[in-house]
Amino acid sequence: MATPVMDKVEAESAASPYITVTFRVRRFNPEVSAEATWEDFQLEIDPKERVLDGLHKIKWDLDGTLTFRRSCAHGICGSDAMRINGRNRLACKTLIKDINPEKPITVEPIKGLTVLKDLVVDMEPFFQAYRDVMPFLVTTGNEPTRERLQSAEDRERFDDTTKCILCAACTSSCPVFWNDGQYFGPAAIVNAHRFIFDSRDEAGEQRLEILNDKDGVWRCRTTFNCTDACPRGIEVTKAIQEVKRALITRRF
Amino acid sequence: MKIHKYDTVIVGAGGAGMRAAIESTKRSRTAVLTKLYPTRSHTGAAQGGMAAALANVEEDNWEWHTFDTIKGGDYLVDQDAAEILAKEAIDSVLDLEKMGLPFNRTPNGTIDQRRFGGHSRNHGEAPVRRSCYAADRTGHMILQTLYQNCVKEGVEFFNEFYVLDQLITEVDGVKRSAGVVAYELATGEIHIFQAKAVIYASGGCGKFFRVTSNAHTLTGDGQAAVYRRGLPLEDMEFFQFHPTGIWRMGILLTEGARGEGGILRNKDGERFMEKYAPVMKDLASRDVVSRSIYTEIREGRGCGPEGDHVYLDLTHLPPEQLDAKLPDITEFARTYLGIEPYTDPIPIQPTAHYAMGGIPTNVEGEVLADNTTVVPGLYAAGEVACVSVHGANRLGTNSLLDINVFGKRAGIAAAEYSAKHDYVELPENPAELVVEQVERLRNSTGTERVAEIRRELQDTMDANVMVFRTEQTIKTAVEKIGELRERYRNVAIQDKGKRFNTDLLEAIELGNLLDLAEVMAISALARKESRGGHYREDYPNRDDVNFMRHTMAYREVGDDGTETVRLDYKPVVQTRYQPMERKY
Repeated sequence: MATPVMDKVEAESAASPYITVTFRVRRFNPEVSAEATWEDFQLEIDPKERVLDGLHKIKWDLDGTLTFRRSCAHGICGSDAMRINGRNRLACKTLIKDINPEKPITVEPIKGLTVLKDLVVDMEPFFQAYRDVMPFLVTTGNEPTRERLQSAEDRERFDDTTKCILCAACTSSCPVFWNDGQYFGPAAIVNAHRFIFDSRDEAGEQRLEILNDKDGVWRCRTTFNCTDACPRGIEVTKAIQEVKRALITRRF
Repeated sequence: MKIHKYDTVIVGAGGAGMRAAIESTKRSRTAVLTKLYPTRSHTGAAQGGMAAALANVEEDNWEWHTFDTIKGGDYLVDQDAAEILAKEAIDSVLDLEKMGLPFNRTPNGTIDQRRFGGHSRNHGEAPVRRSCYAADRTGHMILQTLYQNCVKEGVEFFNEFYVLDQLITEVDGVKRSAGVVAYELATGEIHIFQAKAVIYASGGCGKFFRVTSNAHTLTGDGQAAVYRRGLPLEDMEFFQFHPTGIWRMGILLTEGARGEGGILRNKDGERFMEKYAPVMKDLASRDVVSRSIYTEIREGRGCGPEGDHVYLDLTHLPPEQLDAKLPDITEFARTYLGIEPYTDPIPIQPTAHYAMGGIPTNVEGEVLADNTTVVPGLYAAGEVACVSVHGANRLGTNSLLDINVFGKRAGIAAAEYSAKHDYVELPENPAELVVEQVERLRNSTGTERVAEIRRELQDTMDANVMVFRTEQTIKTAVEKIGELRERYRNVAIQDKGKRFNTDLLEAIELGNLLDLAEVMAISALARKESRGGHYREDYPNRDDVNFMRHTMAYREVGDDGTETVRLDYKPVVQTRYQPMERKY
C-alpha cells in the first residue's frame, strides 16, 4: 500500500493570513426602531474562516447587540441559515474566501418569514408546515419482535431526503413561498418524500392527499432555487417532482 | 412573571430529552423546555453509531459489550449500570428502528453493524462489529427520528426557553424538586414551571475548551443549575478528548472512519498506533489513541511546519466506500480544509468531546443529593448525567446508546413519579435568584467583556487540563479560573434589551462554564493517579487502592459568602469484573 506524501497539505503558511473585510449586515430591532437598516463592520479575518466566525467577531468584539442563531458551527444543526451575498447559505458552512471578500459581504435574514430581530426570523410557520405532512413513520398491524427488514436498495430509495436538517434555506429561497406563505414549501415536501418512499411506511396515500392540496406540490414552479440553496446537497426539486409523479401515477 | 404547572418538565430536547419526552408524554402532562429548537441539539452531530450486540453480522452478546464498557471506562464504571446499558441496548436500537430510523442495512435487510473503538469479541480478542449506524449521520437520524415521534405523540415544546435555576423545597428535612425557572429568549420574560418531576437532559459542557467538537451552546447549564443549589457533581475531572478532530477547528471526524479502515499516521507516514495498541491498533479506546497522538507530537513526529498534528489517512479506501459510509466527514474535510480525502490525508488533533461526569443518578435516573439519598422528583439523563456507565472514559457509540436507554428510563420513572405524587410547594419568591442575575448583568457598568474572559478560560483549559495534566498545570488552571471568576463579577453586556438578548445569555452561559471549569480542575487536582481520560504525568499509573472511587464535588458557601468546592468520594459498584490492567 502506498503511503501518501505527508507534507503536501501545508505548503502555504508563514505570512499573516488575515485580510480586512466589510460585513454589511441587515439590522432590525423593533425595541429601538421600526425600520431595518444596513450596518457596515470592518474586521480582520483569515479568509479560511467562516462567515459565522465573522459574525462572532462582530458580536464578541464590536457590537454585542448583533443577534443571530447558531449552535454546532459545522452545518449539522441548521440554526444559521441566512442570506449571504443574496444567496441562502449556512453561515457556518460558508468560508470567507469563497464569497469574494474584496467586496462587502452582505448578510440578511432569510426571506418569507417574519424578522424578529437582526438575523432571527419566526420559524414557527416553517415548522408548522413540516408537522402538517405527518413527518413520522406510520405502520399498521402487530410490531415485529425484531427490526423490520428493508433491502439496501429500498433504504437507498429515500436516502437523499433523510439528510434534511430543517434549516429552512430551501423554503425561504422559494419565490412561491415568498409570495404566499400558505405554500407548504420545499422542506415540508422533502420530509413527506422521506416517508412516502420508505418501504416500511403505510401512510403514503394520506401524505400525498395532504400535498395534493391547493397549497401543496402543484404550487412548485421548478425554479431550482431550493436545490441550489440546500446546504446538505439534497436534490430538493427532484424530490418534489417525484412526489408530483407519485400523485399522478399513485405509484411510489 | 408567568407560572406554569406540569406533571413533568424536561430540560433539554436532544436525544435524551426527547427519548424521555416520548415516554413521559404518554403517561403525564409534560413540557419540554429547550434553549434551542429540538432539531438543533448536538445529538445531531454524533456520527458513527450506536452500540448494541444485535449479532446481525457476527457473533456478539451483551455480556461482551458490558465487559468492553467497563474496561473502556478503566474500571470506574458502575458495573450494574453498564450491564443495564448493554442489555437494554438491543431493545433501544429496535425501538428506534420501529420509530422509523433509517439504519444502513445488511444484504439480508437487517440493521448493518460496523467496528468501533474498544468494542471487542470475547473480552478483547479482536474488534467486533457492534455499532448500528446510518452512514456517518447516526446522531442526525436519531435526533430527527425522535423529533418525528415527538410530533406524532404531540409533545409540548417550549422552544428557546433557557432554564436558569432549579427550585428545591425542603419538606420534613428532605430536599425535593419543586420546579424550574426559565428565561424566554424572545421576550426576556421569566417563567416558573412548577412540576412534580423534573428531568435534566441538557447535555454537556465542552465549551470551556477552545478546541472542541462541542456546539457553542454546550455550556453546562443543567449541571450548573443543580450544583448551585447544593447538589453534587460526580467525576467531573473525566473529560474525553476525541482523537480525530479537524486540526485547529476541533470538528469531529468519526471514529467510524477508522472503523472503516482509516489509519493514523505521523510525519514519517508511520502507522504509529501499532506501537501503542498492538491488537486494537487505531481502534483502541479514545483516551489511549489521544495520548498516543500527543506522544507522537511531543516526540517530534507531528506533521506540518509546527509539528502540531497528525494525519487521518483514508486514501487507501475506495472512493465508493467513503461516499457510502463516510459522506459527511469527507465533505467536512473538503469544506473546511479544502482537502480531497480520496487522495490526501486529513490533518487532525484530539478535540475536547464528552463529559463522562455530571449530575449523579442511580439507574432509574433519579438524582442523588449525596452518595445514597435521592432527591425526590429530580431526574437526569444523557451527557448531563453520570450514572456512571462511562466511568473514566466512554467508548464510542455508547453515548447515543446512553441517551436512549437512560432517557427512556428517566422518562418512565419521572412520569410514574408524577402520577403518584403531588406538587411540592414553590419556595417563597421562586424567581429571586434569576431576576437578580439577569438584572445585575443587564444593569452592570463593569468593564470586563464576556468574550475576553471566555477566551482566557478556553486557553487555560486547553493548555493545562487537556490530555496531559500535572499538579503544576492543574494548579495554574485553578488559579487562572479563580482570577477569571473574580473578573466575571465585573462583566458587562452591551445589549440591554429584552428581545432575543443573546448577549445576556452568553454572559450567563459563561458563568456556568466558569463554575464547572473550577469543579473540573479541583477534582482533577485531587485525583493523584491516571485513569481513562484523566492522565497525570506526575502519577502515570492507575491507583486502585486510593482512587477506585467516584469524585463527588459540592459547592460550599462560607459565612462570609466565599465559595469553595468540597470534594467527597463514592464507592464504585463492582459486580462480576475485577479490575485488570488495561491493554488494547
